[in-house]
Amino acid sequence: MADKKSSLSYEFTKGIIKENPLLVLLLGTCPALAVTTSAWDGVGMGLAATFVLVMSNLVISLLRNIIPDRVRIPSYITIIASLVTILQLFLQAYLPDLNKSLGIFIPLITVNCIILGRAEAFANKKPVLISIIDGLGMGVGFTAALFLIGSVREILGSGSFFNIAIPFIGGDNVLQPILIFALPPGGFAIYGLMIAISNKLNARFYARQPAELMDHEHYPGSIYDHHQALLEAETRDTLIAAGQLDGAFPLVKEKKEE
Amino acid sequence: MIDIAKILFTVILLNNIVLSQFLGVCSFLGLTTDLKNSMGMSFAVIFVMVVSSAITQPIFQYLLVPNNLEYLQTVVFILVIASAVQILEAIIKKVFPPLYKGMGIYLPLITTNCAILGIMLVNIQESYTFFESLVNGFGAGVSYMLAMFLFVGVRKKMAQANIPAFFEGVPAALVAAAIVSVSFNGFKGVLENIFGR
Repeated sequence: MADKKSSLSYEFTKGIIKENPLLVLLLGTCPALAVTTSAWDGVGMGLAATFVLVMSNLVISLLRNIIPDRVRIPSYITIIASLVTILQLFLQAYLPDLNKSLGIFIPLITVNCIILGRAEAFANKKPVLISIIDGLGMGVGFTAALFLIGSVREILGSGSFFNIAIPFIGGDNVLQPILIFALPPGGFAIYGLMIAISNKLNARFYARQPAELMDHEHYPGSIYDHHQALLEAETRDTLIAAGQLDGAFPLVKEKKEE
Repeated sequence: MIDIAKILFTVILLNNIVLSQFLGVCSFLGLTTDLKNSMGMSFAVIFVMVVSSAITQPIFQYLLVPNNLEYLQTVVFILVIASAVQILEAIIKKVFPPLYKGMGIYLPLITTNCAILGIMLVNIQESYTFFESLVNGFGAGVSYMLAMFLFVGVRKKMAQANIPAFFEGVPAALVAAAIVSVSFNGFKGVLENIFGR
């Protein structure tokens, strides 16, 4: 397991499936709900966040020996905010439509838990190349999940896919789009269902693994983890439980001990 | 006066910050398992929201706009929020020790709560005046508290329900949030009748 863990392909793929930020770690829920009314918005948001994630991992990994430990969080936030400003200016100039539909959620990438979380848990103490790969993998996983949620919401809520109308839905047809999926409640419901499906698939996958591997270290964020985290949330230090989601903190803590 | 009331009721009921604008969903899902924690967090959010509104709006209007530095708003705002939180924490710790005990531990977490930065950006986007920003910030804090308070009750009920294993926890909470969110849509007609479109 040790040599596998250090390999680049492992760091890349873990962000997409095993530690998918949206569906398994439950980080960055705000954009997942707000900008997924269409598949294109979801992908746009995902790519924007991927850019910031890769760049912030790169910069923070380069500066990891220079930034004093006590002021690291403010430094990270400043670095991330600057990157987001660069991104925002780029979008305003070249993709004004996307910038308009994502609205305040572009500047809000600054406080997205995924980016600060990866900086703190990974780029903080790993070399440059592997940090970039980690950011890329997490970004691709985030984008894929946003694309899935956005597609379902767009097909059900607006009767179109990537802004192309689906035949036999809407207009004079009997089949009409289900408007509620394009509204805020639909965002909550579809995201909840997606996590449930991902839990189900994960549980099926984990059931086939040997029992001794079913611990936190090998499968962070598995369904068993959520249960454990929920149970512990009552007793655990409130500071750890607060603000972040159930699956996220055990992982961060575990990485720190490495 | 009508404008102020409209801003207040719209942000509390119709555009509920958590359930319609999706700001602060992380802490909403993370904290609503416990009434005491969620209320402590809510009071801290109201507090920081009003104070940061009072600071960021003048900074934007009198410092960034005259110097054509509007593009720096994200960096400036996040730094203002972070330092406001630090200063507030120190002041409360010194002056009101009981209050610090109640909400002190939540204060540092608020820096990365997207609700705060989000509302600061909305204040600028809607070009609210100083007083309107204060009202919007306060209303957003109250609407956060309202959503938290309602949802603690929902989750208490959910804890007793027999839910399939892979739905337990966050997925079920999200589906329940969808239903609570539908009810907030119902205020649309009420507010339109009172304040006009």
